Amino acid sequence: MNQRRSVFIISCLAFGYAFLYIPILSMIVFSFNASKLVTVWDSANSPTLKWYHSLLGNEEILDAAWISLKVAVINASGSVILGTLAGFALARFTQFRGRFTLNAMATAPLVMPEVITGLSLLLLFVAMEQLIGWPAGRGITTMTMSHMTFSMAYVTVVVQSRLATFDTALEEAAMDLGARPLKVFFVITLPIIFPAILSGWLLAFTLSWDDLVISSFTSGPGSSTLPMVVFSKVRLGVSPEINVLATLTIGTVTLIILGVSLWMARKHKLPKPAA
Amino acid sequence: MRRVPLAERFGISGRGLVALLPYLWLMLFFVVPFVIVLKISFADVDLAIPPYTPLVQWTEKNVLAIKLNFNNYEFLFTDKLYINAFLNSIKVAFLSTLLCLIVGYPMAYGIARSKPTTRNFLLLLVILPFWTSLLLRVYAWIGLLKANGVINNVLISVGLIHEPLTMLYTPFAMYVGIVYSYLPFLILPLYANLEKMDWQLLEAAEDLGCKPWQAFYKITLPLSRNGILAGSMLVFIPAVGEFVIPALLGGPNALMIGRILWDEFFSNRAWPVASAVAILLLLLLVPFMMWYQSIQARESAGTR
Amino acid sequence: MATPEGSAIKALPAAKATPWTDPNAKAYVQLDHITKSFGDLKAVDDVSLKIYKGEIFCLLGASGCGKTTLLRMLGGFETPSSGRIFIDGEDMTGVPPYERPVNMMFQSYALFPHMNVEQNVAFGLKQDRVPKAEIKERVATMLDLVKLGDFGKRKPDQLSGGQRQRVALARSLVKRPKLLLLDEPLGALDKKLREHTQFELISLQDKLGVTFVVVTHDQEEAMTLASRIGVMNHGEIVQAGTPSEIYEFPSSKFVADFIGSVNIFEGKLIEDEPEYVRIASPELGATIYVSHGISAAPEATVWAAVRPEKVFMSTAPPEGPDNVVRGAVQDIAYLGDLSIYLVKLPTGKVVRVTQPNTSRHAEAISWDQQVYLSWDATSPVVVTR
Repeated sequence: MNQRRSVFIISCLAFGYAFLYIPILSMIVFSFNASKLVTVWDSANSPTLKWYHSLLGNEEILDAAWISLKVAVINASGSVILGTLAGFALARFTQFRGRFTLNAMATAPLVMPEVITGLSLLLLFVAMEQLIGWPAGRGITTMTMSHMTFSMAYVTVVVQSRLATFDTALEEAAMDLGARPLKVFFVITLPIIFPAILSGWLLAFTLSWDDLVISSFTSGPGSSTLPMVVFSKVRLGVSPEINVLATLTIGTVTLIILGVSLWMARKHKLPKPAA
Repeated sequence: MRRVPLAERFGISGRGLVALLPYLWLMLFFVVPFVIVLKISFADVDLAIPPYTPLVQWTEKNVLAIKLNFNNYEFLFTDKLYINAFLNSIKVAFLSTLLCLIVGYPMAYGIARSKPTTRNFLLLLVILPFWTSLLLRVYAWIGLLKANGVINNVLISVGLIHEPLTMLYTPFAMYVGIVYSYLPFLILPLYANLEKMDWQLLEAAEDLGCKPWQAFYKITLPLSRNGILAGSMLVFIPAVGEFVIPALLGGPNALMIGRILWDEFFSNRAWPVASAVAILLLLLLVPFMMWYQSIQARESAGTR
Repeated sequence: MATPEGSAIKALPAAKATPWTDPNAKAYVQLDHITKSFGDLKAVDDVSLKIYKGEIFCLLGASGCGKTTLLRMLGGFETPSSGRIFIDGEDMTGVPPYERPVNMMFQSYALFPHMNVEQNVAFGLKQDRVPKAEIKERVATMLDLVKLGDFGKRKPDQLSGGQRQRVALARSLVKRPKLLLLDEPLGALDKKLREHTQFELISLQDKLGVTFVVVTHDQEEAMTLASRIGVMNHGEIVQAGTPSEIYEFPSSKFVADFIGSVNIFEGKLIEDEPEYVRIASPELGATIYVSHGISAAPEATVWAAVRPEKVFMSTAPPEGPDNVVRGAVQDIAYLGDLSIYLVKLPTGKVVRVTQPNTSRHAEAISWDQQVYLSWDATSPVVVTR
């Protein structure tokens, strides 16, 4: 019985993973293709690093990457603060005025189509500019604030679910031993849920770094992010520099994720003494 | 002596502040914008900056007029293009969700059933694409599906076909793109749900005479209902308003409402119409969003 | 409740006084009419209790009886809906846990996973801003006391269950609290370790002189640890007393049945004198003669409780018209050190008898054998509710 199930499930898994990874692998492979047509392999001149050189000398892309980085870092840090506060409030305080609203507002961005969020935020900034003069024009500030609004939803979910499995006896024990509630949060709760907060930060960073739609709505002249530049290029078709960018991105993400996973696995593999 | 319950021992001001900051932020940056969108959907296009007429105006001394222009909505309801776009978006999102379920459920099941060490690795493999830019992964399909792309080249060189297949800029490409991008969004919540299952229930069922497929149908499937619904909502709702994939893979005939909104806004500079589209899309999706919230609430209540 | 002459009460060592019998003794912990309601549900219902310094007081009851809620109120984690709590003369109702001279040992131990053993134990002292040198010294002394002197740098997930418990104990005792609360302290340990730890706890408490309040559902644990037990049911303390008082002189059917096993015979008072009572019990099919007086209304329905170990079983008929019945052995359970016999009476009632297996040559009783059951006039306890 186990055998039969296994074969079917294993083939589904194999197909699924192949489906997920063949496009990624093809992008990586063709980033070394000398031909400008990208998908037609030029065996005479390939593999080559010429497109790598080309990308790393491309001012437009480098500027956009820098802007994306700035926005992503500020966004991630701000989202973590807002998201942790919201996640904590929703996980711990079972009853307070406005809880339902906060819960709805904090989790709606998870499923909301980005075109709606993007449009509404832009119109907000326009109205604010009309009313009070700030923000003056759209740019990095408006983009960052927009990103924070939808990123914090993800952080809230991560923190809230981590706190749900958190043993409150630890906090009670700390209070019992003389620590006031605020101290308990910083000395006990925060260090223990730190991995969740870190993954929230990384999640918010990635969402901001990759975001296209909301950035397009809320950015201004001179503040094009990397996805925006990529989008304008790929609308016209394939481009070998984009393959290079994809390879570099995937490589970096893979290294970071592998690094984090290995680090976490090591942390938990401590020798257990005999009772 | 103070008689203050434990929760409020955080201090009335402390506890209030914790929830207050995110609350205010979201009010200002999430709720208020929707009100503004609503307001502008009732406005007229104007050659001004910003390109719409104000809602409230002083017409004469001491007379305040509120002009609600329903033309935009009338336009959307009567013009075939928009109705078709809405219906098509729902159809595409629905079919994509089904396809994601067909591909993703066995995967989630397989991961949940595997040994803990393998499981982490398999999960990692699902999460990795999720962390990689959506835009770039959709771009990958351009390279695969186009006329002189990888798939066509392989099929031609193997001799299965003689003329390249037209795959890019068709609804087919769009479905592939959506399923590809949203698959991890289905697998992860479904896996989270399946992982909590007590597999001994299946053994008990088989002990009582149930065949494996029956046991799956009668026990696993119903118990994973919340996971299926949560994952489906995470695919369906954003897919309805999806813009990037139809724009890059779909071709001119792929009528999706997200694209319409974008074009109205950026190409036509018709902010009021775009706003009206957004409002209608929102109204369409809110019931599904509320359904999603209730599924999540049920799921977390069940685990406590 | 009058204690009859001639009955043996467990003699306490001279050093351990019995302050609860002294009407002038001052209570160390006093609970005055404490009630705690959660909505419509009364978890604790009008509990008043005095606990004396140096006691080990056990709150004993089944799950849901309110004992944990009562403990949490002593610790400051719940506030009473009404009533006052006094600790060492001070009104502590409503004082938060971080301001109370009370410490708690949690059921799950609640050791901080990101700190090692030393840091865990030192945590409470740090909050009090005790100087570093003193902290180091006190932590080291305490760890030695619980025999974990070499484990200071280990993290909680590197310790066994028993070791973790000792860290939790050390952590809560190092602050020299006025009161130590223990929530099911032995629940997570296996049987052998439990017995060992019971005696360790008593010895530790004796050494340090801290007042303990223990919550448990395990009667054996309560009987071993406690200087006094408070039996709880539905939010009320139904009886408080020493283990022997509770066992030998339960005040109600509930308490009699809750602690150990017991045979309860319902009957009516037919003779009610100061020195004795006689009860006619149709359930038993005989009369019961109890050699002490009770306070009850004439012709009242009462219950006589007889412990299984106090029932004599013989094949030859014993003397006396009272306290004797005949029956047939229905079931025998051999437990090594003793055997349990279930004897069915002609009235249908089943009586439980335990006998130690003292000799290999004793008359072997077997199934379906007709036997006589009898007991001393001092053995039954009569309860009126």
